[in-house]
Amino acid sequence: MKVAALEASGLCKHFGALHVTQDVSLSLHSGTRTALIGPNGAGKTTLVNLLTGVLKPDAGRLCLFGEEVTRASAAVRTRKGLVRTFQISSLFAQLTVFENVYIAVAQAAGRGFSLWRPAGRQRDLLERTERLVEQMKLQPDMHRKVTEIAYGRQRLVEIAIALALQPRVLLLDEPAAGIPSNELDLLHGAIGTLPADIAVLMIEHDMEMVRRFASEVAVLVNGALLMSGKPCDVMAHPQVQAVYLGVAGKARFDAGAAAYA
Amino acid sequence: MSAVAFILLYGLSYGLVLCLIALGLVVTMGLMRVINLAHGAFAAIGGYVAISLMQQLGWPYVLAVPAAVLAVAALGVVAERLLYVHLYQRSDLDQVLVTIGVNFVVIAVLSMWFGPNIVRMELPSYLKGNIDLGIREFEIYRVVAAAVCLVVIGALWWIFERTSTGARLRAAVDNRGMAQAMGMNVPLLFSATFALGCGLAALGGVLAAPMLPIEPMWPLKYLVLVLVIVALAGHGQVSASVAVAVIVGIVETAGRYLFPQFGGFTIYVLLIGLMVWRPDGLLARRRTA
Amino acid sequence: MTPLPRDSILSRHHWRLGELLWLGAAVACYFAFPEYLALGTSVLVMVLLVQSYDLLLGFAGVLSLGHAVFFGLGAFVAGWLALAGWTEPVSVVLAAAVAAAVLAALIGPFLLRLTGLPLLMVTLAFGVLVFEAAHKATGITGGDDGLSGIQFKPIFGIFEWGLGGATSYLYVLAWLAVLFLLMKRVAASPFGVMLQGIRENPARMRLIGNRVLPHLTLAYVISGAVAGVAGALFTQANAFVGLGVLSLDTSVDVLVMLVLGGIGSLYGALIGAPAYMLLKHFSSQWNPFYWMLIIGVLLIAVVLLGRGGLLGMLQWAARGFRRGRA
Repeated sequence: MKVAALEASGLCKHFGALHVTQDVSLSLHSGTRTALIGPNGAGKTTLVNLLTGVLKPDAGRLCLFGEEVTRASAAVRTRKGLVRTFQISSLFAQLTVFENVYIAVAQAAGRGFSLWRPAGRQRDLLERTERLVEQMKLQPDMHRKVTEIAYGRQRLVEIAIALALQPRVLLLDEPAAGIPSNELDLLHGAIGTLPADIAVLMIEHDMEMVRRFASEVAVLVNGALLMSGKPCDVMAHPQVQAVYLGVAGKARFDAGAAAYA
Repeated sequence: MSAVAFILLYGLSYGLVLCLIALGLVVTMGLMRVINLAHGAFAAIGGYVAISLMQQLGWPYVLAVPAAVLAVAALGVVAERLLYVHLYQRSDLDQVLVTIGVNFVVIAVLSMWFGPNIVRMELPSYLKGNIDLGIREFEIYRVVAAAVCLVVIGALWWIFERTSTGARLRAAVDNRGMAQAMGMNVPLLFSATFALGCGLAALGGVLAAPMLPIEPMWPLKYLVLVLVIVALAGHGQVSASVAVAVIVGIVETAGRYLFPQFGGFTIYVLLIGLMVWRPDGLLARRRTA
Repeated sequence: MTPLPRDSILSRHHWRLGELLWLGAAVACYFAFPEYLALGTSVLVMVLLVQSYDLLLGFAGVLSLGHAVFFGLGAFVAGWLALAGWTEPVSVVLAAAVAAAVLAALIGPFLLRLTGLPLLMVTLAFGVLVFEAAHKATGITGGDDGLSGIQFKPIFGIFEWGLGGATSYLYVLAWLAVLFLLMKRVAASPFGVMLQGIRENPARMRLIGNRVLPHLTLAYVISGAVAGVAGALFTQANAFVGLGVLSLDTSVDVLVMLVLGGIGSLYGALIGAPAYMLLKHFSSQWNPFYWMLIIGVLLIAVVLLGRGGLLGMLQWAARGFRRGRA
């Protein structure tokens, strides 16, 4: 069996008496798209924080392509290919779209301590930046300050930055959050162009996104993993429906499934 | 033994007065998240107003002090509405720069008005002289000042920790938008709080006047000490501020008494060490990440 | 590859007309104002110091109120070396730079973990601490009197240090030109771009794999070294060094000069330092407190109006002019 891209076993986290993450075990394999769903407050963002190293677990192990990273810092994990995006955009506010992506590209290329050759003359970095901007269809906004562009496009800059870091495992924290419905197509398009060989974990509430992109679904409730498996199986499971979807959600999921069948 | 008592009592009274001033800053910084380096200016103005009332208008001490406090509180409201309101959304750097600018302006105006030299505060006769505290004799004034500080600080603690006003204030600190959505008049709250902060500064300045003489450079001269207390006390519980201020007062006093060569240093060394070790303040809990 | 906009942070390596004009003006002053060359030299020293601070504050976003420490260290090292017999000017300046760089490398990793008010406090406290220590150590600093009788050998064996500051002016200008080019290179490099990312969002930098602290420390070292050079040049130009070089006043002055000129481009110093120093010199016959009033008001105005200091206003006017012509 191939080694998992990301293997989490028995992760636990508590804040005082509050157990936010309870014994969560998760495997992500290269090429898969896993959706992490669950009610608000279930601990999804905390789990992502544990996976990326922003929080350290109180118990459990984390391995990236077989290498133990449980105690590694966020920066180290990113360098090893574990990259995330944010639920609330966290960009370099006063800089342009191009500059934002360039920083990530330069960091990934290890040029952080290059002191002599001007940044504006590093052809390879500039070209890579431009390619990523094109991939996200952000050319019209390329040289505008990120705070001045539409919110939906800011989320795309987030993804461009993540891709610049050459991820092997990509964690998307509610990529659709806050995007007005008329801008969602851009996001769907972007997610569709994600490299096929990386492992993607997506926290999402939008059931249509889940149905379109996920090959696997994991359900988190009260900090514990309720179940995981193929989307259809999980969505049809009565427990999941009771806890999370409700009648309306299930109907929307079925409509999405019918549309894309 | 007498020396220890001296250091402790001296340091305690010194620390408590500084604490009063520092609390004013903790209150404003904690609520409005504005780095107000001009806080000392309000304290100095308080001292000048009290002295002017006593010397120019012949007011008695017990009237001049509250009048000065109220005057500065009113001035604080004006300053908040005109100037500080523009600083809330600004970066740390901008706030530092503008408040340094305010300091300069206040110092310049004070010196043009009152002259560049120290202005002595004449205490009423019943506050002069010494009192025998058993262990050794101690200045009456310091004892009274310390007592007043304790009463005011106690009242503040009560308001913040035990009343609903305090709870509302703390709620507005944590989440301004939410507080506003729940019907709290946040701008009014901010103005009132700033007035409170300036009033505390003024009271502290007036009480400190016999110990820290009033002069135009006062705001910058004692800025560092006040900031030390605020920085070490972290995001402002009253108890933390008192503890830190008393420690600072005692350390300062002990330093100057025991090591007159290096007296001034001890507090800075202490500050640097503590800030590098505990950047969130002395009594803050360690962050988990 | 579409070309990058002129004002992008990735375009900082380009030559700008303003730089050449400034250099030309500085050289012109040498011929036009021979009586004021001592003042001119002081201005040039300050320009260098303020530029070093721009690298730290404008690019890396480190708000330090203790920058005078590096200036003062450089100044005193130059004094000590000269009094001990090492009087070759250029090597003394380099030695001062190394001393300042070493200090920065030692304290940087501790200091730079802090941000905001704690950082301000610690740098302020450190600066005051060093000042007080220097004040007490009259043996090595001369206390309130300072160190005098400092003499240096002719520069490159040829240029004598005369009175009136003619040699010093060109000497300091030469150093300024060279260091400006070096700092410009650093600012335009990927390292410089990273610093700006750290200034904007350090948490995000960490999450893209940047460890932040090493970058900030290197910026601190470079900035400190240049400040040390400025200090050594100060001593060489004045044949004297006193405690003023270490004072809080100096640290605050540097901050004010940078803000008035405009932060974050290395050009602000070129405008802010001369404007401030000249204004200060020609208003020195007034009550010093008038000066404080003007600076206070200017500071508040510049920050609240948000035009980016004198430089920002010039750029805004230039843009308007260009748009008007188009």
